[in-house]
Amino acid sequence: MLKPYFELRQQFETGKESVVDTINELLKEIDNKKDLNAFITLTSELAKKQAVISQENFDSGKPRTLEGMVLAIKDNISTKDIRTTCASKMLENYIPIYNATSVQKLVDAGAIIIGKTNMDEFAMGSSNENSYFGNVLNPLNKEYVPGGSSGGSAAAVSAGLCHVSLGSETGGSVRQPASFTGIFGYKPSYGRISRFGLVAFASSLDQIGIFCNNLVDLSSVCDIITGVDENDSTSANLGPTRSSSKIENIYKNLRIGYVSDEVLNNCTDYVTKKYRSDLNKLKEEGHELIEIPIHYSEAWIPTYYIIATAEASSNLARFDGVRFGFRPELNEGDNIYVKTRSNGFGMEVKRRIMLGTYVLSSGFYDAYYRKAQQVRRKITDSYKSTFDKVDMVYMPTTPGSAFKFGSRNENPIKMYKADFYTASANLAGVPAINIPSGLDDEGMPFGMQIQCNNFEDEKMIGYANYISKLINS
Amino acid sequence: MENTKEIIEHISNLAHLEFDDEELKAITPQFSKILDYIDELSKIDLEGVEPMTHVLEDVNVMRDDIVKESITVKEALKNAPKHNDIFFKVPKVFD
Repeated sequence: MLKPYFELRQQFETGKESVVDTINELLKEIDNKKDLNAFITLTSELAKKQAVISQENFDSGKPRTLEGMVLAIKDNISTKDIRTTCASKMLENYIPIYNATSVQKLVDAGAIIIGKTNMDEFAMGSSNENSYFGNVLNPLNKEYVPGGSSGGSAAAVSAGLCHVSLGSETGGSVRQPASFTGIFGYKPSYGRISRFGLVAFASSLDQIGIFCNNLVDLSSVCDIITGVDENDSTSANLGPTRSSSKIENIYKNLRIGYVSDEVLNNCTDYVTKKYRSDLNKLKEEGHELIEIPIHYSEAWIPTYYIIATAEASSNLARFDGVRFGFRPELNEGDNIYVKTRSNGFGMEVKRRIMLGTYVLSSGFYDAYYRKAQQVRRKITDSYKSTFDKVDMVYMPTTPGSAFKFGSRNENPIKMYKADFYTASANLAGVPAINIPSGLDDEGMPFGMQIQCNNFEDEKMIGYANYISKLINS
Repeated sequence: MENTKEIIEHISNLAHLEFDDEELKAITPQFSKILDYIDELSKIDLEGVEPMTHVLEDVNVMRDDIVKESITVKEALKNAPKHNDIFFKVPKVFD
């Protein structure tokens, strides 16, 4: 089993382990587990070359911050000269000419990219069943979905195929697969990590996030990739986080917000039971539990889907078969736009473009899009007043553990509703992190999440490490 | 409300998409359910609430206008499905 990077690094430094061997073993392991379908593109040769450089840096006593850390990158994050498909036929052969800012920072810090991970097409989905390159299997039980849309990134970490992976979130696409695969999944405050090079789904909600099976390595990566970026005017004007230094804090007298039984009504019994037992443990440690009011909860998911699809319909207008991406063979008189888009996009993507176009179309804008923006204001205001009273909100990440393949395909609304606990953080822009919490009677994991006020990411990661140890002791 | 079939026809036209009969058969009932579902919003009274367009409400992030290297023509054309030395190629638009 792959050791955490922070442990391995000490052995790299003392020469007990070599970066080159680590990469070779991992590539073997990835090949053994290729049925998981976690990767769309492997960068084996590049990784081997990088490993030699990393080894030289250790040998000469000059390793960089993340020297030899093995990374997997979701395939909607641009990697220079490495195919970036968004798991779509539309971008099957697309090769970016630049690195995303987050990728560039990681490469500069000495991390090694081992591959690009599978995902739901254009990050649209909650089960990784919408990929042009096929389903990703849950490494803990192959009959179950790994979650989505960052299913490949979650599976790669959970299966021990890399130290850390990058994913992206629009409504829960990091936290939900983290919950389903039993690992940590961090969604930063909106603007904390540059979106430059992240192929846009819904720009006002999208954030790059981080998967890892421990918070020490997660925080090291966080401290490298956060911070303002001149190439992303929506990045917050802040320096990088310094979460690594706070990771071992012990916290006293925290004010912890929790949700009422009514909000838990679509959770499975084991999630509800574990949630209550986690809260009890926190109370026994002397922390104050405060029930937080939830307003307009019936409107959260419709609001999220209206805003996300509206922005998607606009962002995905660029795929027209002219400048990059797929173009089908055309006959005389064919409309290049219509033929390209109808053949290049999968069904879920088309469904969402349709919904987004509808809510923005003349006569419906006020009824849907404007109204959703008003609910978004209400949700954000409610978060603001909540964080006047509490240090964090603690609640389930997902209503249950992973579900089986094919079990929700016929009913998109049921699939959409599973985003209930995650999407509000994206609407309000607050940071959130999944912590593995329990197992159901099939042995499949589920997680709880911590949410904090805007730009309290460092504190949140510290809380997460403290609470994770407490609830799993 | 118009029937879902007409809505789908109109919207697919706006979105530059087309669906074959089999796809239409699948998408029509689903689309209709989704529209009913998002209609939840019409029941809420939000009179006077300022719509929120973005989390970060600061606007006009400015930078100095500095002349610097951009991408080359070769790079710009690299991913185009059809191109010649300097142009993207598209099907004939006018006769």
